[in-house]
Amino acid sequence: MQAYILKRLLQIIPTLLGITLITFVIIQMAPGNPAVLKLQMLKGQGTLGARGATSAQIIKQTEALYGLDKPLYVQYYRWVKRVFTLNFGDSYTDHRKVLDKIAERLPITLELNLISIFLVYLIAIPCGIYSSTHEGAWADKALTLGFFILYSLPNFWVAMLLIMFLGGGSFWDIFPVYGISSIGSQTMGVLPWLLDRLWHMVLPVVCLTYGGLAYLSRLTRASMLEVIREDYVRTARAKGLSERVVIFKHAFRNALLPLVTIMALLLPSMFGGSVIIESIFSIPGMGQLGFQALLGRDFPVIMAITTISGFLTLIGLLISDILYAVLDPRIKLE
Amino acid sequence: MEIPSEVKGEAPNTYWKMVGHHFRKKKLAVLGLWVTLVMIGVAVLAPLLANDRPVFFYQGGKASFPLLSGADRLGPFIWKELRKDNPFILQHIRAHGGAIALWPLVKYSPDEYNLLDYLTGPNARHWLGTDDNGRDVLARMIYGARISLSVGFVAVGIALLVGILLGAVAGYFGGWIDIAVSRLIEIMLTIPTFFLIIAIIAVKGAGIYNIMVVIGLTGWMGIARFVRAEFLKLKQLDFITALRALGASHKRIIFLHMLPNAMAPVLVSAVFGIAGAILTESSLSFLGFGVQPPTPSWGDILSQSRDYIDFAWWLTVFPGLAIFASITAYNLVGEGLRDAMDPKLFR
Repeated sequence: MQAYILKRLLQIIPTLLGITLITFVIIQMAPGNPAVLKLQMLKGQGTLGARGATSAQIIKQTEALYGLDKPLYVQYYRWVKRVFTLNFGDSYTDHRKVLDKIAERLPITLELNLISIFLVYLIAIPCGIYSSTHEGAWADKALTLGFFILYSLPNFWVAMLLIMFLGGGSFWDIFPVYGISSIGSQTMGVLPWLLDRLWHMVLPVVCLTYGGLAYLSRLTRASMLEVIREDYVRTARAKGLSERVVIFKHAFRNALLPLVTIMALLLPSMFGGSVIIESIFSIPGMGQLGFQALLGRDFPVIMAITTISGFLTLIGLLISDILYAVLDPRIKLE
Repeated sequence: MEIPSEVKGEAPNTYWKMVGHHFRKKKLAVLGLWVTLVMIGVAVLAPLLANDRPVFFYQGGKASFPLLSGADRLGPFIWKELRKDNPFILQHIRAHGGAIALWPLVKYSPDEYNLLDYLTGPNARHWLGTDDNGRDVLARMIYGARISLSVGFVAVGIALLVGILLGAVAGYFGGWIDIAVSRLIEIMLTIPTFFLIIAIIAVKGAGIYNIMVVIGLTGWMGIARFVRAEFLKLKQLDFITALRALGASHKRIIFLHMLPNAMAPVLVSAVFGIAGAILTESSLSFLGFGVQPPTPSWGDILSQSRDYIDFAWWLTVFPGLAIFASITAYNLVGEGLRDAMDPKLFR
């Protein structure tokens, strides 16, 4: 087991190098390099004349500052060397440490996604079990169809509809649609602050939750249906156990396997959703940071986010494999 | 022994006939298939469905097709004047000696500005309202179907090409090729794909061809895995050994003998892939990384609606419905196909 985990941890390194290399090459193909963008920014502020000589000089200096004048492989080598000491460099836009920027935004994204994953499991598992034990009944059909529809709903559309109909304007004004807390929330007491924050989170969490909910509920149903047809479930019924015990003790525990292992993969996959949802609701999280970094060609931030989310995904995969072996003694890790 | 003739055409006797047979039994899947076909029809026939000129014009014994000529008038007949007070598709004109005009369903073209008519809700003339430039939303949505579907099909085509090639080579040859391809698949699956797509579009510039290529190149991994797994199984079978013994080339074995046997799961994931590509394209357009502004796309209309979210519900509801309906339709077809191909049903 320990040898297996160690082997897998070592395997993460080449995969991570592959991920970062692909991202590095892609963003370095950019026609507008950050030095030129920087110059345009300075011009916009009016601190510079538009004279050619000065411009060229500034571009050169900026390139030298960020090491952009070196060949690509040297840049990549330097980047990798720095990352091994957990130094992701400084942001191009405000010269702050990338890691600091991420550290202040990661908790918000994690908070949203953890709440949402909790809700996904809380709702999906009972629904899935109910569906599977009432297979073919109208309630099962309604749930299955409902979850199918939820699964196909684009999350940005749902976000827009919620903002439109529940977030003010000409329709109901129930939920706030901007940020994660009201202005002046720092001066509130603990309880009002918490309520205010939860109130702000309702709509984004709904948008982040329903897709995973639909997916997991369908998975629970399928997994339960598979198990319920097994011989040992028939045996359990035959020896006169109550239906409750048969379903929860004999069937559900065995159906749980894919549900637990999928959890490790849910968290990283939610990052993609966060990019859209956070930018719609103006939530200062990782998704919004990533989106702004892409708009501003902030290479160090883009690289850091790709690396960190790639790393989290790989760890998630590893945990899911280990969980498999822990939960199912038939599976041996080699 | 002679086969009794009445057996013919009774039970489905080939694999694909059996799949078709089981597919037809699923009502929702068939409904999904109809929706996709209607949408393809709308996309192909868009100029006939939404246009600011009549499709057909008959005057003084002479027939013409104003849609093709492109001129905004024919003699004394000015198309925009004619359409003004005419709610019907077939129009009889009394003036100038009489004429008959056959109009498209929507009498507006997708990029026709009318600033006097901006941001009006659904009404008799603009059935789904107008946007901030006074353009007809329904006309834009009809043309938007072209973008969504062509991105969906081309992107999945690219994904199929890459996925099948890599998966087949990896599964067939094994060894270091397999290791390399499997590693690449793992890397691509670990990259946050949507983030990567935005990154590439941000770098290479928005444009329909870039979007097709990028979605295709980031969406082949599932297909490659299916093909690889099928090839690993198939290459153990006797008929492949027999082919090798007969001296068939690798290319021949892979493409003529193994690939047809591995197509079933590939087809299913291709159908789901179309739904995914449509979703990705509309998300990109929504974020402003989609097709360039004058070109109508569903995500682009939704993204315009962000500025008028206080009241312009028609800009949000209708294009979103179109995206949702097409994604649902392809998912239904994919699910129906997957279930119909399930060998458990063939017992």
